[in-house]
Amino acid sequence: MEDHLPHTAQAGVKIVIVGGFGVGKTTMVGSVSEIRPLTTEETMTQAGIGVDDNYGSESKTATTVAMDFGRISITEQLVLYLFGTPGQERFWFLWNGLFEGALGAVVLLDTRRLEVSFDVIGRLEERGVPFVVAVNTFPDGPRYPIEELRSALDLPKEIPIMECDARRRASSRDVLLTLLRFLHSLTTVKTPV
Amino acid sequence: MTPPQRRRRHPEAQPPPPPEPGGEGAPDGKRVRNPERLYIITGAAVEDGERAPIDLVTLIVASEDPPPSATPEQSALLRICQAPLSVAEISAYLNLPFSVVTVLLTELLAAELVQARAPIVRRARADRSLLEAVMHGLQKL
Repeated sequence: MEDHLPHTAQAGVKIVIVGGFGVGKTTMVGSVSEIRPLTTEETMTQAGIGVDDNYGSESKTATTVAMDFGRISITEQLVLYLFGTPGQERFWFLWNGLFEGALGAVVLLDTRRLEVSFDVIGRLEERGVPFVVAVNTFPDGPRYPIEELRSALDLPKEIPIMECDARRRASSRDVLLTLLRFLHSLTTVKTPV
Repeated sequence: MTPPQRRRRHPEAQPPPPPEPGGEGAPDGKRVRNPERLYIITGAAVEDGERAPIDLVTLIVASEDPPPSATPEQSALLRICQAPLSVAEISAYLNLPFSVVTVLLTELLAAELVQARAPIVRRARADRSLLEAVMHGLQKL
């Protein structure tokens, strides 16, 4: 059964939640979504030569990349979608339209495996996607002071880093609010061209 | 205990403008070079590059009932879009990849059987009033 939007709904915006495998991205999507999280997918081919030459060729291999997402109705007109990206991170950045037009991203970290998030942080920086960092606290994970994490991640002081519990709605909401405040601050500091 | 240290690939450079998706000119050329390049499978309708600029969060609503000429996929899409749904939700409910839904929608938009409600033009940066609206909405959660 479909969870429809009201007929007043006019526009959707999106935030992408990224991080290594198993850090709780889908958990975060589920904790704040008003609908049961859904899964969308994209099929990508791995092939050797130009785009046009490859259509219909036999040598390519197809990869299906799945992505969980949830929804939060902001007003009767405006809807926020949250995309959590499981699987191999290199695919997310090749998914046309996933990051384009996104308000920003949340990088979710697991302190037990901090290094799995390094690559994605680099890719967000290269793409110019604004992001905040949320440390999903696991009971058996090491706790680092925020500034030690900032130094380890080599992030400038403007980028918010916070702890969260992705299972809790209020905590996940606060992460999203932190991202929104950060994005808002960017509109005042940097004049868009 | 000390956390592991991230090493930047480009320690000093400012982040360059986003490269074209899957295109040339990414700063780390070896990552996008063959044979690792990946392409999105697209249907025949978009081979000539006429795919409508549809985003995952573009809201779609059917404007007509399915005509007798509609394919099963088109009919299914028109049925579930009696009330607005995002393209991502259509993809999830129909169990079709995003690019396939985009092709279906390109055809249905051309036939004026559906309307796309979200602003189709993408902006580089969100504007302040939009961000404020999202913030206020989240605060009510």
